[in-house]
Amino acid sequence: MEFLNLVLLDQIRDILEFPSFFFEVVFGGLMSGVMYSLVALGFVLIFKASGVFNFSQGVFALFAALTLVGLMTGTMPFSLEKSLPALPVWLAIAVTFGVMIVLAILVERIVLRPLVNQDQIIMFMSTIGLAFVLEGLGDTMWGSGVKALDVGIPSGNFMVGEIQIQVFDLWAAGIAAFLVVVLAVFFQKTRTGRALRAVADDHQAALSVGIPLRNIWVVVWSAAGLVALVAGIMWGSKSGVQFSLSLIALKALPVLILGGFTSVPGAIVGGLIIGVGEKVAEVYWGPLVNGAIENWFAYVVALVFLLFRPQGLFGDKIIERV
Amino acid sequence: MNFKRLSLGVLTAVGLTNMVAVEVAIAAEEIFVPGLVYRTGPYAPNGTPFANGFKDYITLINERDGGINGVKVVYEECETGYNTKVGVECYEKLKSKNPVTIIPNSTGITYQLIPKTAVDGIPLLTMGYGRTSAAVGSVFPWVFNFPATYWSQATSVISFIAGKEGGLANLKGKKITHIYHNSAYGKEANPTLEALSKKYGFKLTLLAVDHPGQEQKATWLQIRRKKPDWIFMSGWGVMNQVAIKEAAAQGFPMDHFIGNWWSGSENDVAPAAAGANGYTAATFHAPGGDTKLHADLKKYVYDKGLGGGDVSRIGEVLYIRGLINYIMVVEAARRAQDKYGVKVPNGEQMRWAYENLNVTSADWERIGLAGYPELKVSCNDHEGGHPVLFQQWDAGAKKWNVISDWIPVMKDLVRPMMEADAAKYAKENKITPRKCM
Repeated sequence: MEFLNLVLLDQIRDILEFPSFFFEVVFGGLMSGVMYSLVALGFVLIFKASGVFNFSQGVFALFAALTLVGLMTGTMPFSLEKSLPALPVWLAIAVTFGVMIVLAILVERIVLRPLVNQDQIIMFMSTIGLAFVLEGLGDTMWGSGVKALDVGIPSGNFMVGEIQIQVFDLWAAGIAAFLVVVLAVFFQKTRTGRALRAVADDHQAALSVGIPLRNIWVVVWSAAGLVALVAGIMWGSKSGVQFSLSLIALKALPVLILGGFTSVPGAIVGGLIIGVGEKVAEVYWGPLVNGAIENWFAYVVALVFLLFRPQGLFGDKIIERV
Repeated sequence: MNFKRLSLGVLTAVGLTNMVAVEVAIAAEEIFVPGLVYRTGPYAPNGTPFANGFKDYITLINERDGGINGVKVVYEECETGYNTKVGVECYEKLKSKNPVTIIPNSTGITYQLIPKTAVDGIPLLTMGYGRTSAAVGSVFPWVFNFPATYWSQATSVISFIAGKEGGLANLKGKKITHIYHNSAYGKEANPTLEALSKKYGFKLTLLAVDHPGQEQKATWLQIRRKKPDWIFMSGWGVMNQVAIKEAAAQGFPMDHFIGNWWSGSENDVAPAAAGANGYTAATFHAPGGDTKLHADLKKYVYDKGLGGGDVSRIGEVLYIRGLINYIMVVEAARRAQDKYGVKVPNGEQMRWAYENLNVTSADWERIGLAGYPELKVSCNDHEGGHPVLFQQWDAGAKKWNVISDWIPVMKDLVRPMMEADAAKYAKENKITPRKCM
């Protein structure tokens, strides 16, 4: 009974006694989950359309954020001198998106095209190489220092009853929701989006009806570049733009395992579940083991789901007939 | 024809051998100091200014003074990426070049190198990081962690807080939270804080943050709930930046948020911008670039185009810390040369020099950092017990201001703890402590 008190009943009593704090923890978890979803979305887009697990997605976010800060501060790439005119935020974001599209074209030409029809593991390995190249390029172009990023997202907090709400979190949730709507409209309502879905369903069939696979890859890597840019802005605004930003990819992995590698709603719902799960675990059960459990707890949640639904919550069920 | 080829081969071989011999002879007249640095990876923003400080001080010594007592200093970097395994590989690669000192630049690497350097006879200098109990020279003759350790720093932090609260007696009932990097480094201060909590009656909460510390919402939710009077942070890299930003967003009073000396650089406060105003941090050297040493760096290093980084950043905290590291190496080498009458001191001679290091006010003046307190190391006390300074961030002026005197460490509290820990280490590793007179 004493053990049960220690590992379960005390926590439940605590939650019941201070429900407003519990709701604050859940709300905080949801907001963190939104940030994880932003990263996971980029993985899903590319995996869905090409079956490639893009290891470099985190570095894409870093590269986009570095480029954005560089443009906003008028930094000359490679020399790091502030000798260029500083661009306004909206223009810098637009130019950075342009850079990400160019990057997508280069990735298709240099990395993907020569590897068409190769095993998925080969494609995966190539994205590991891409991550190192991009990280090195980012370092050489923009320097390794911490760069403050302020695109005008408000910060501070306000109280709703006893619950403190961070303004930045609300903006992050709003921006993520808008991004998901844009992607949903793009996938469902546009000709290119339908072509993307066709490619995702069956490469061969899509090719046979005349859908240009290479163009589709460029489009999907550009879309992932846009998601990376948004993720880079949101995470970079929180921590400053620096090379550890590429490690945000680690936060997306449990989300992908949980939500499925091929589902946009899965990335969102998975992110929210992981966010809430790890925050509740850390706050209420972390102190039992000296804390810092949230990183591995996210993987525990994901693995438990994996036992029952290997394809994740919303992933496509893989059926292979013998 | 064959004979001709053979002769040519022999002549070439002899020539090459001579060239190598000449190179070795030149190398024997040079002092070799390696730099285990991290200019890449997630901690590069901190590692780069540190490495620039290393490199620039050696360049200054060569350019201004023609070396140490006229002996040229050769500096070679090895990139660790702040990765312990790679750091050990760097050490193995560099040790054959007879380095006068190894500066591991990471607590993780330090722990791996403590037994290795003892066998290889190379002094290990870990300024303000590494294993705290290595300050006990009788057990750790090859490790030096002056000017102060994490444990001593924690006592100064509590003294500083007590000063703000009106005395140590007023700490009773206060709530102090330690947010720490969940690593060997981050946990170092915990035993001291627990001892201080018992002694002075403040309520201590320990909150760990996992590497790299990009996401800390759970930690700050707990802060919201516990409402500490003061927060002390032992962070590194992005963990610091996120924590300061979270504290600002939450409205925590920044002048009650104190970082340790690895949580108090310009990098740490930059992302929070105005929100970081008032954030305070411990340090074992003064911030800013208005010293004679900085003037010399500009004149002899940067004006000649030999600088490692951007001249506008040579007043930054981590750059200065890089300088201080090699200032100590150079001072020890100078002392070893004088004592033994050699041009290039060996490991044992350097070890003696460190153990007899006494950097007086006059020495600091000569170095170009006037106003620093005396630093004295001894056979059994490799820490030296240097006092700690506190600096506060002025977001408007974008600079650190010193806001305290040099606050002494509570040696009476930490020294017995260090000796107990060192004795335990000696027992576990079957080390017979030497006698220090």
